[in-house]
Amino acid sequence: MDKIIKFTSKTVVLAVNDIDTDQIIPARFLTVTTKDGLGDGLFTDWRFDEAGNKIKDFPLNQKKADGCSILVSGSNFGCGSSREHAPWALVDYGFTAILSTSFADIFRNNALKNGLLPLTVSEDFHRMLIGNEGIEVTISLETMCIESSNGMTENFDLEPFSRYCLMNGIDQLGFILNHEDQINAYENKG
Amino acid sequence: MNKTGKTLFEKVWEDHLVVEETIETPAILYIDLHLIHEVTTPQAFQSLRDKGLSLRDPNKILATMDHSTPTLPIHSISDLDIVAEKGPADQIRDMIRNCEEFGIELFGFDSDKRGIVHVIGPELGATQPGKTIVCGDSHTSTHGAFGALAFGIGTTEVGHVLASQCLLQRKPKTFAINMNGALQSGVTAKDIILKIIQQIGVGGGVGHVIEYRGSTVGSLSLEERMTICNMSIEAGARAGMFAPDDKTFDYLMDKPMSPKGSDWDQAIEKWSRLFTDENAEFDNEISIDVDRLTPMVTYGTNPGMAIGIDDIVPEGNGDHGYKQSLNYMQIEAGKPILGKDIDVVFIGSCTNSRISDLQDAAEIFKDRKVSDGVKALVVPGSQAVKKEAESLGLDKIFESAGAEWRESGCSMCLGMNGDTVGNGKLAVSTSNRNFEGRQGKGARTILASPKTAAASAISGSVEDPRKYT
Repeated sequence: MDKIIKFTSKTVVLAVNDIDTDQIIPARFLTVTTKDGLGDGLFTDWRFDEAGNKIKDFPLNQKKADGCSILVSGSNFGCGSSREHAPWALVDYGFTAILSTSFADIFRNNALKNGLLPLTVSEDFHRMLIGNEGIEVTISLETMCIESSNGMTENFDLEPFSRYCLMNGIDQLGFILNHEDQINAYENKG
Repeated sequence: MNKTGKTLFEKVWEDHLVVEETIETPAILYIDLHLIHEVTTPQAFQSLRDKGLSLRDPNKILATMDHSTPTLPIHSISDLDIVAEKGPADQIRDMIRNCEEFGIELFGFDSDKRGIVHVIGPELGATQPGKTIVCGDSHTSTHGAFGALAFGIGTTEVGHVLASQCLLQRKPKTFAINMNGALQSGVTAKDIILKIIQQIGVGGGVGHVIEYRGSTVGSLSLEERMTICNMSIEAGARAGMFAPDDKTFDYLMDKPMSPKGSDWDQAIEKWSRLFTDENAEFDNEISIDVDRLTPMVTYGTNPGMAIGIDDIVPEGNGDHGYKQSLNYMQIEAGKPILGKDIDVVFIGSCTNSRISDLQDAAEIFKDRKVSDGVKALVVPGSQAVKKEAESLGLDKIFESAGAEWRESGCSMCLGMNGDTVGNGKLAVSTSNRNFEGRQGKGARTILASPKTAAASAISGSVEDPRKYT
């Protein structure tokens, strides 16, 4: 996995609360057996009309969204199913961070294992992001800070172990397997 | 600080700590039972192959196929291409190959143990009080009905459990939901959980494990408790739990995978200690009055957008998302849901496909006909439920009413297997999610109990089941 330390991008705003994983990637895209190409299914029923044409006023379809790797969403992003296809689709489409006031638990866990940052920001900072669509922000895992190009800054929390793994490009399974003696001991105590 | 007692959740959590959490690192939690199915495992098996890892313990895995499996009868795997599209068929074959390669017993098409993963776990007795249970499926919360700590995980974590039988976890907070009073006739456990989600919201339980408590609990069957725990995730909760009691032990006695003989006696002794101590504290707490509950229906595109069947759709607060939701549903604020014409009724899913759910529906279908123009689909939760229903003659009741009776599976709950509501069509469904397009592209979903769904099928419009009971 690539290391994530610091990056800068313009933001694209999807100001809807409770965006569920069925919207992020509908179930009909889940019959795959690999992680490849899921970006094509991202928000597909919001991006395309019945005829398969792009819906022009959908934020991700606008020219200014090109190349954005940071999505600003409403609260409780990623609620619903446990499908890891949701973060896979977001990453495959090109996102590295989602900024929201809250996230669903399973989505957040899944995102952090796939190089996608689900960062909770304050209501004030969130309001600023929504009101300044497209604003450029820099996210640093070193300083745990988001700096926007208008000078506003926001500190964020991130589970320390996930942060360490993301900054070093480490797979979390290795940490568990390094505790084999403890796992054996647990199993043997009955 | 006078807190010395422990909650039910804390007892199960502490009993499974391989390594305690620190500020820097999460806990390593031991997993007793891993349920797997065809949709959320292929990439996990591939990650094991890529890393040269093997399974830690195939005996702690229960494998079946449910999400993308056809509900039309197939007698062997060679029939698959006749009833399934290429995507689901390939995924099913991949599951069979993976289980063969890694040495996992799979309850496949030739097994009478096949069914929805959250239905077969309990009916086989694999689900037990005090166990930690995970699955790559958010409705794993179902198993908490037995006093297990059960929650959904992603595919990367499925790989972690396959390889190590462990998960990295931060300790969640606790949430007590006190349910008091008795259910009135025509009102069900499904209505209780829809009311709870409506009250606390779809994000109300985030970061918490719910314990359902109160005077109502003793009167609820294990199947009713499963319906409630199942939809804990729809309130955002990590898991839902009921303390085990005599009903729990009666349910599990003599199930194929339950402990036997002296092991059973020891298990009962251990399980009897699984309750929240009197002086334990919860991080959050609410109460709900079950006495006054009426049948509940949803009107929007998340399970929290629910009202009593006699109520009118709220006006909302001008929020854009709320308007968009009603617009998608083609439902108007200020008007009732009752009497709204419907196209489809689905009775099934891990929420409501067990024998008591089918009996609830059959009581209403008996000697009545599904309204002209309504497609009604009844899908049992497992092959065992199917067999039991048929032995009780329920299949004949459904079929003579004009409903379709299928093989087990997730079916129209998420429409992966080709069973979909249809673009623009309106369904009353006993499943768990009314998200946009959840039951197939363009599908509009009203969530309700099996009684309400059956009554609506008969009337051809959203109906109060108390009219038929």
